[in-house]
Amino acid sequence: MTHPETRAPALRLTGVRYQYPATTRRALDGVDLEVRAGEVLGLVGPNDAGKTTVCLVAAGLAPQSIGGRLEGRVELGGQATIDLRPHQLAQRAGSLFQNPATQLSGTVSTVWEEVAFGPRNLGLTIDEIVERVEWALGLLGLAGLGQRDPTRLSGGQAQLVALASILVLRPACLILDEPTSQLDPAGTRLVGAALADLAGAGATAILIAEHKTDLLARLAQRVAVLDGGRVVAVGSSADVLADDRLAAWGVEAPSAVRIRRRLADAGMALDPPLTAAFDDLEPVA
Amino acid sequence: MAFVLRGWSGPLAVLAVVLATAAVSGVGRRVLPFVLATFPLVISILLVNTFLFPGATDRIVVVGPLAPTWTGLTAALQATLRVVAFALSVAVFSLTTPTDDLLSDLESRGLGRRGVFVIGAAIRMVPRVVERASEIIDAQRARGLDTEGNPWRRIRGILPLAGPMISSALTEVEERTMALEARAFSAPGRRTTIRLVPDGVQQRVLRWAIGLAILAVVIGTVAGWLVLP
Repeated sequence: MTHPETRAPALRLTGVRYQYPATTRRALDGVDLEVRAGEVLGLVGPNDAGKTTVCLVAAGLAPQSIGGRLEGRVELGGQATIDLRPHQLAQRAGSLFQNPATQLSGTVSTVWEEVAFGPRNLGLTIDEIVERVEWALGLLGLAGLGQRDPTRLSGGQAQLVALASILVLRPACLILDEPTSQLDPAGTRLVGAALADLAGAGATAILIAEHKTDLLARLAQRVAVLDGGRVVAVGSSADVLADDRLAAWGVEAPSAVRIRRRLADAGMALDPPLTAAFDDLEPVA
Repeated sequence: MAFVLRGWSGPLAVLAVVLATAAVSGVGRRVLPFVLATFPLVISILLVNTFLFPGATDRIVVVGPLAPTWTGLTAALQATLRVVAFALSVAVFSLTTPTDDLLSDLESRGLGRRGVFVIGAAIRMVPRVVERASEIIDAQRARGLDTEGNPWRRIRGILPLAGPMISSALTEVEERTMALEARAFSAPGRRTTIRLVPDGVQQRVLRWAIGLAILAVVIGTVAGWLVLP
């Protein structure tokens, strides 16, 4: 299998500046990022740092769907998002937002049909729709929920259904805005494992904005820190998540790093070095 | 038809058909809440027509300033029958037609994805809106707002509900729009239909027969060929 670093970027943001409609301040101010196929890039930062905006811009939803002013270049699979129509964007980048309630179509009575909503929009054959829906439900452990009413699911279940509804379109790039914010620890592990499987298969690039740095420590190869609409740090997750400046940027370090720091503060020897905290972590998949 | 035909015939005919349909389909008692929901409207129709029918002089009785008339009472009862017939028609339709079947059928008959979405979302959003209203009322109560007691208090309690309801609905519209775009909602071409609603020969013949009969009655009545009581 080709290493992610040698592959062409599935998603690339170059000098991106973005301003929401009817605002005077830039939400993003010169963002450069890239994610390659098979790679997971974590995006961390305090509230209002611009994480959601990066996700919207990367998915082409801003400015195409919500308006605003974009400068710089955003490419999905080498093609500028500004040149793609919404349904073409949907097949290249799957977007998952924070609130599962607004991501379900609300027009069908079963989870199975909810997941089939996107493929039906593309006019795929029934055989292909069945194959894709069964695959997506199975991947996230939702096979048993197929006949449930999607409006009667728990927050965690609804988020998994929303994720399945995106995965079923088989986009080359996944853009996830706090996908585990409403999940319990078991649900978080399940989503993390599914994402690791996808990335590990080598075909999918994943950009994930997430407050749960424990999840990113296990899942992401690289992490970028966003503050005030700018990328203030980017590098391997081991380096960035163990960076002393993380707290100053408003980001909580992973628990393994915090425990080692507490031990160090208590005067206990810290050998091996701090970044080795990640060596002890089990991957999610 | 209940509203198009004057007199008793239209509403009574519709009522008879709807009640027979309700009995055959076994939804008899479940239509009761729909009928009860018409009560405020029915009472106002009865009062206004019976007591204030313009030009009516055939008084039933005179009690002080009140003078109900036979003409007004007849018009009120006919209007009531129309409202009840309409309510029962809607009730029987909604109780006997699964939303999924309705949407699939409309889609297979060529209604565009946007039309299907609007109808489906409108039907299925009702429980969600009720749920949201309940959540906001609970939140307001937790902050000490009185939403029970006399009507004036209740009205004052409902007003703070409107702001959060409207603002959250507007926010949701934007999020839903983006979520739909992310699921290729605006893709060109025809959507795949995965649910085929059975439509037998009997049903098709019956539908056409009902449609033609309604058309004939309406044309006959308007043209004066058909005189109904």
